[in-house]
Amino acid sequence: MSVTAFIIVSLVKTVLALLILLTAVAYSVWLERKVVGHIQNRWGPTRVGPFGLLQPLADGVKFIFKEDLTPPHVYKPLYIAAPIISLVCALTSIALIPVGNDVTIRGVDIPLQITDVNIGLLIILGITSLGVYGVALSGWSSNSKYSLLGGLRASAQMVSYEIALGLSLVGVLIMAGSFSLRDIVEAQRGFFWGFIPKWNVFHGQIVGFFIYLIAAYAETNRVPFDLPEAETELVAGYHTEYSSMKFAMFFMAEYANMITVACLATLLFFGGWSGPVFGPPILQAILPVLWFAAKVFVFIFVYIWVRGTLPRFRYDQLMAFGWRILLPLAIANLVVTAFVVAM
Amino acid sequence: MLHLILFLGFGAACVAGAVNLLAQRHPINSALSLVVVMGALAGEYLLLGAEFVGAVQVIVYAGAIMVLFVFVIMLLNAGEEELTKGSRVALLFGVPGLIIGSILVAWVLLHSNTGEVPVGALPGPPKAIARLLFHDFLLPFEVTSVLVLIAIIGAVVLAARPGAPQPKREN
Repeated sequence: MSVTAFIIVSLVKTVLALLILLTAVAYSVWLERKVVGHIQNRWGPTRVGPFGLLQPLADGVKFIFKEDLTPPHVYKPLYIAAPIISLVCALTSIALIPVGNDVTIRGVDIPLQITDVNIGLLIILGITSLGVYGVALSGWSSNSKYSLLGGLRASAQMVSYEIALGLSLVGVLIMAGSFSLRDIVEAQRGFFWGFIPKWNVFHGQIVGFFIYLIAAYAETNRVPFDLPEAETELVAGYHTEYSSMKFAMFFMAEYANMITVACLATLLFFGGWSGPVFGPPILQAILPVLWFAAKVFVFIFVYIWVRGTLPRFRYDQLMAFGWRILLPLAIANLVVTAFVVAM
Repeated sequence: MLHLILFLGFGAACVAGAVNLLAQRHPINSALSLVVVMGALAGEYLLLGAEFVGAVQVIVYAGAIMVLFVFVIMLLNAGEEELTKGSRVALLFGVPGLIIGSILVAWVLLHSNTGEVPVGALPGPPKAIARLLFHDFLLPFEVTSVLVLIAIIGAVVLAARPGAPQPKREN
């Protein structure tokens, strides 16, 4: 591929990925309001468009036109930088997520991924670990006790659960023998007894999967681990003092992180884009992407379902659970996996 | 060419971060400058073809250790430091020491005959590093882990107040 072609293809892929991600973020908010509404015997948004489908647009317009209030006594450079750090870290990780097999257009082989790095998983972990700064700095720079407490809670929680999260992924890495997300998906090909797919979740990593899911919920500050923004005690936690688009940036970062978590769960434990593929070439190119999207959708739905079902943990319970239960379990899972693979 | 530009860019960011770390008066700004230094170093490692070390640099140093630094600064609510004029001892010994040290490092670098090493010639991929860590350097690696364990136990012993009643755990 020539340099010009490479640049054009990369640009098109980046713009497409960003558009799809931002649309997905907007409609996960809509989905969440709708599903939680039905769980609580309400209708959710219904006024704007059929089934309230245009609600995200209305929300976006509202966010843009709201007054952007900066409270006095905030530390301005960091107060402005914090939501930007959050959003940038949340949106960047999508660049490493592969969504399907390579597609060949006019003899040019195009991987359905912005960039394939041989340590893709590590880079995603690195980027998401930098996202803590957005939360911590917003809490500190707002100069408000609620924000500070929320920021402190969030950074302690995210650093604690990151360990269990990382360890739960090592099992998958041992099975695949690679950090590349593409290789990890390739390693999950095939079937047991002809009908059960050889996805990692059916291949001995079910404990690892649940540890990953729980730790990832804590990492994204979602119910039942949403203590950083516990509204009953902290008003809104680290983003109490933010309004308008700055608040919207935190909001978008949260949902983009949810989507990244769902994508990673799909890639690492549920075989990525694998699924029955048939029909003419065009259908064969599209179907894997559809399977991938369907699996991601299921995880987003589970996220919302959990939010509609569970109450919030108490803070000491959260820390005790992370360090005394999740971490030993993750280490045990790693040791057992290593033994079985070494046998 | 691009390689050189990137190297100089990351190097400049690294030095600028380090200088800013000393120049800033607020601990949070200094801590964030250190994050920039760590990130720029990770970029340099990537340029060397040591992608694993680069990624670990970001995850461990920028993503975990510096977060704890920021966490502690936030928790103590440390304010701006007052600038002092600096001690005379530091001026007397520090400046000549700095000059002699820099000359030494420059001399060693200029006179070492390692020659040019092409990018990617040194072990960079995770498998090569794992082989070095768990095969060639297994004993130093394990000894280091024992050292870290001792440090953790020491921290627990120092932090625990003797004679204080243990906090009750309720579930």
